[in-house]
Amino acid sequence: METLYNIFIDPFVQMFGAPDFLMQVLWEGFVSGTLYALIALGFVLIFKASGVFNFAQGIMVVFAALTLVGLYSLGMPAYVALVLTIGVMGLLAVSVERLVMRKLVNQPDIILFMATIGLTYFLIGLGEFIFGGEPKKMIADELGLPGGSMDFEVFGGVLILENRDIAAAVIAAVLVAALWFFFSKTRIGRALRAVADDHQAALSVGISLNQIWAIVWFAAGIVALATGILWGAKSEVSFALQVVALKALPVLILGGFTSIPGAIVGGMIIGLGEKLFEIYWGGLMGGGVESWFAYVIALIFLLFRPQGLFGEKIIERI
Amino acid sequence: MFYRETGQYKTSYEADSSIFPILQDRIGIALMLIVAFVVIPLAGNDFFLSSIMIPFLIFALAAIGLNILTGYTGQISLGTGAFMGVGAYACYKLTTYFPDVNIVLLILCSGFFSAFIGMLFGLPSLRIKGFYLIVTTLAAQFFLEWAFIRVGWLYNYNDSGAIEVPERTGFGLVLTGPSATPTTRYMVVLCLVVAMTWVASNLIRGRIGRSWMMIRDMDIAAELMGVRPLYAKLSAFAVSSFYTGVAGAMMVFFWLGAAEVESFDVNESFSILFMVILGGLGSLMGSFMGAAFIWILPVLLRLIPESFGIDISVATLEHINFMIVGALIIFFLIVEPHGLARLWKIAKEKLRTWPFPYA
Repeated sequence: METLYNIFIDPFVQMFGAPDFLMQVLWEGFVSGTLYALIALGFVLIFKASGVFNFAQGIMVVFAALTLVGLYSLGMPAYVALVLTIGVMGLLAVSVERLVMRKLVNQPDIILFMATIGLTYFLIGLGEFIFGGEPKKMIADELGLPGGSMDFEVFGGVLILENRDIAAAVIAAVLVAALWFFFSKTRIGRALRAVADDHQAALSVGISLNQIWAIVWFAAGIVALATGILWGAKSEVSFALQVVALKALPVLILGGFTSIPGAIVGGMIIGLGEKLFEIYWGGLMGGGVESWFAYVIALIFLLFRPQGLFGEKIIERI
Repeated sequence: MFYRETGQYKTSYEADSSIFPILQDRIGIALMLIVAFVVIPLAGNDFFLSSIMIPFLIFALAAIGLNILTGYTGQISLGTGAFMGVGAYACYKLTTYFPDVNIVLLILCSGFFSAFIGMLFGLPSLRIKGFYLIVTTLAAQFFLEWAFIRVGWLYNYNDSGAIEVPERTGFGLVLTGPSATPTTRYMVVLCLVVAMTWVASNLIRGRIGRSWMMIRDMDIAAELMGVRPLYAKLSAFAVSSFYTGVAGAMMVFFWLGAAEVESFDVNESFSILFMVILGGLGSLMGSFMGAAFIWILPVLLRLIPESFGIDISVATLEHINFMIVGALIIFFLIVEPHGLARLWKIAKEKLRTWPFPYA
């Protein structure tokens, strides 16, 4: 009886007993949800255009952030380093397309997926080889990200919003809007959607697959860089981020592999759910439940709606 | 010239369906077994046995386990590390409760625990497939990792949070713990691995194995032909987790001696997956080759600069190792998606027609 009370009643009593704390928890969840959504966005971009499930997105985030910090530590001004890092991500995109994707056209999805795992390992090795394995500080102040925090009086308590988190949410929103514009209003965006729909049909109307893939990987690289900066500013730049980035998988499951709004909504659900569960229920289970909560939610969700919230329904034929 | 099936007539059905229908293959396997059972224990020193051969065999067994699931049944899994952990922790608990029972028996029993957990997390595979399944196996991975830390009962509430292998005897010998000799441990591991490989090869050739492969090649068609996906997929999960669980238990009891949760983290899952990919999806021989490759490559990398007198730090070598493994994975997927096992097969084909390939 007491267990039931602890599970079903007590957390809600706590929630409504201290609404200011609840608001704080929700805000934290919202911020981490934004970051999950950003990583998931990188996955969705590549999956939409090439059907490749890019496992390397997580390490691309780390790699981009490390390159930025590394270039800055060479004595470059922050913005020059930023531009150069974008260049490096472009180079990475082109070489991935040239050396990996182009050779694997028409292979089964699972082979392409495993190739991206190989890419992940390669980038881990390369990143550690060049920049060393120890965690680094993101150059957030130098890039003009605001520090400090804002306090609000709510429900008789104080809600503290870090300016940097607000900036993260704004940047994420801008990025999503830009991507949406790019996908639906520009010529290249239409070509991207054509490729996503049907490779062969796209080829036959004169769209260059290779070029499109390079562009998509580049776009994913830029999303990775943005994620790396925002995440790095929140904690630090380290390879541990790569495991956290795996959380984008449950986000994708919830949102569907092909949907940009899905990635955002999924990110929010996971981010908020995770924080709420950790704070209000985690104690009952000994804490640290954040590490698996997202996956278990996705697992339960999958049993009822395998194509995700916004995904296209999968129709199987023999 | 000397590797040719010409003139080897089969007079019975059994002879035709034997594992090694060609005499030369049988001789080859016999030679390999003699080397493994006699030459290596006699000739190898302690370092070679306990740091190279024992982990190689254990990883090969884990790779066989994953290969059953991924290579033969086509269900990709990233939870191998955690399933190895289930085996290890189960064995640790079993030997706590039954200290007098032969440890080899307990290791095999612990496989059933991990088979059960594997089936539990394999249940979603009935509704979902492909990439979506990766998430459910990752759920298994992270949930079990968490459980290994938070559930104190699993490691007998000791302060270090690690499981330490007690001394256990069996067959009149000390098998585990610090005082067990590398040779004893090697022989036990070898016997178990050989026996389990033999069982696996027969499972795969038999009715169950064929139903796994049908599910892998085209699940809907298999279903229409009377293969029940429920049985086929769950049995694949069970057998695969059994193998990985036994490998995990052996890893702790015969190799590491003590283990924390880090030994079973997601990187372990990846490295086993790499062994399977590099060795060859859907090949037992490939599992051994992949394990040898992934395990021995870093050792070689350490030796090569040393022999040239170049001083490279261990960390750098580790990074180079990562890069090489990653690049090789991509290279193999592009050039030879069926891995080292396929290269081995090609070599055998070439040998058959040598020295007159056009005759």
